[in-house]
Amino acid sequence: MVKISRIFGFAFFALIATLLVGLPASAQVDFSGGWVTKNHEDAPERGPGPDIGDYTGLPINNDARVRGDTWDASMLEMVEHECEPHPADYGPRGPSNMRWWGDTDPFTKGVTAWHYQVAYLLPLRTIYMDGRPHPSENAPHTWQGFSTGEWVGDMLKVTTTHLKEGWTRRNGIPRSEQSTLIEFYIRHHDLLTLVAYVEDPVYLTEPLIRTSDWVAAPGFQQYPSVCIPSNEVSRPKSYVAYHLPGKNEFLYEFASRRNVPIEAVRGGAETMYPEYRNKLATMPDPPPLPVKK
Amino acid sequence: MDFKLRNYSITLGVPLAALFFVTAAPLLAQQDTASGQHNRSDQKVTRSGVELRRQEKVCNDLPPGGICLTFDNGKVELLHVQGRVYMISGLGANITVQIGDSDVMVIDTGLLHMSDKVLTAIRALTDKPIFYIVDTSMDEDHTGGNASLSNAGWAIPVGSNLPFGHDVSDLTGLTFPPGAAILAHINVLNRMSAPTGQKSPVAEGIVSPTDVYEDESWKFFNGEEVILFHAPSAHTDGDTFVLFRRSGVISTGDLFTSMNTYPVIQPDKGGSIDGFINGLNQIIDMIVPEENEEGGTYVIPGHGRISDRNDIVNYRDMVTIVRGRIEALVKSGMTLEQVKAAKPTAGYDGLGGYAATRDQFIEAVYRDLSKARTKQGKTATGAGR
Repeated sequence: MVKISRIFGFAFFALIATLLVGLPASAQVDFSGGWVTKNHEDAPERGPGPDIGDYTGLPINNDARVRGDTWDASMLEMVEHECEPHPADYGPRGPSNMRWWGDTDPFTKGVTAWHYQVAYLLPLRTIYMDGRPHPSENAPHTWQGFSTGEWVGDMLKVTTTHLKEGWTRRNGIPRSEQSTLIEFYIRHHDLLTLVAYVEDPVYLTEPLIRTSDWVAAPGFQQYPSVCIPSNEVSRPKSYVAYHLPGKNEFLYEFASRRNVPIEAVRGGAETMYPEYRNKLATMPDPPPLPVKK
Repeated sequence: MDFKLRNYSITLGVPLAALFFVTAAPLLAQQDTASGQHNRSDQKVTRSGVELRRQEKVCNDLPPGGICLTFDNGKVELLHVQGRVYMISGLGANITVQIGDSDVMVIDTGLLHMSDKVLTAIRALTDKPIFYIVDTSMDEDHTGGNASLSNAGWAIPVGSNLPFGHDVSDLTGLTFPPGAAILAHINVLNRMSAPTGQKSPVAEGIVSPTDVYEDESWKFFNGEEVILFHAPSAHTDGDTFVLFRRSGVISTGDLFTSMNTYPVIQPDKGGSIDGFINGLNQIIDMIVPEENEEGGTYVIPGHGRISDRNDIVNYRDMVTIVRGRIEALVKSGMTLEQVKAAKPTAGYDGLGGYAATRDQFIEAVYRDLSKARTKQGKTATGAGR
């Protein structure tokens, strides 16, 4: 009798264990392989780059505006800044053809981490799927930050902290290192969509939401990339490029060229929403471009 | 859904479950004893009258190798930076600890009233003897634990000719007198001292350096070159930053405070804005990033998180830009109050603890640049246009 009850006990235990272990790990979607960017959203900004002083559609505060107003593009030719890759939040907006691969647990075969590299300078993005905690606030910050992922239905939700200071727009609008990046990666057959938003307590008054898209490219090959900084322009040692407040002569060129009211190009959360068009119609035209002598 | 990975089937479930209980469960049970970090979970140590207890709830955000201590008044973190170098935060200024096979070097010693805890924290990392202490400045949050740590350490025997070019780890049979050496720039000793019969300006209980250097000093210690550099007239006139060459770590003292504060420049102790910027550039010149302006040589700031070259470059850029803005305002003839009202730090005040240290920074820069203008001095740092 004892033997039979032991057998039943073991069978019951095995059943419970089976149910637990046999459950689907989650609705995991495979992102492995090559992806080429569609680049059709915000193409002028992402390709040739934004105009100086164009802050339209960004929910920025005045501190961000001052940083943008005093930014000098010569900053990019400083040796110390030449080899900076795009941070995790901007990488998908740049030259972002990419390759994904996963680490699998040898026992469960579940994905323990996703990795991808975008084309520009090939920074390595790692998304931990093993439930590990984010590091201490005293740990280093990196361009790609520290990312953890979880499945929300068929979407991969990624939370990233520990980012280095980066840029919201490549005309000097900063994104602080205190930001948190939340991303949703959504695959529909051969199309990959990323819906991402950034919360920045230092420079944004509302989260900034952006989307990007890629098409599966099975034959895509990533090429090596090595950046070695060098002096491109002779400058005094410890040169730092910047404009003094009120001295940036290029600041309103964008408004004048595109005939957008000055107030509108200064950005702010209000400029993100469709209702802003009504207000726009009541604003004065920008001044004409100064005639060059 | 063509792209879903195959779910685990019920047929696989039984053998997997059995395999789990046979193999994985014992392995998981062993993990607690295999990991040093887990080993400490229930540790309760009483040393120097201080209770040390690791609490999982507070410590669950540490990277591998990190240790977290909780004292009655806050959290102390011990993080491995790189090579032989560790950072202790939470006891005043950041404390750098270099641990060799048999000896320890400590850069900065925290606050006086935390000195017991500093020693306890170091002892949580290593029980090896402390041979050298370096003060990066005379500030009390960097020197408070001098006495406690020195008394707990050992001195190199006089006449043994060991400090230069020798690794003390290969010594056997020698007797070491108690009292670790405290090294600092000579100006630190001068400013912590007072003429005979007068009271020293430092708080009671803080001891002065026992050994000083002037321009540069170095030792081969714990298997690597440890080089002390002087940044003249920066945060003070006695600032030292320390390069651990093989580990690839620089401990900066208050020459760099990460996102925690604007530069704290103490003119009454010989500090200046241009010396500060020069000091930052000295450090930047020594750092080599691993790839894409990231990693490589790591930096332990006086306060704040572990950093790398990009972080200190951004800080240098910010300091240079604010200096340039104030210089333009000074040239236009503005008073200090007018300069403050013009908000020369706009764009940066929302970062970390910057707002709290803004006024003293503006005042220090204004004072320096006004003086330079009066004297028709040379002020050529930066490139605003």
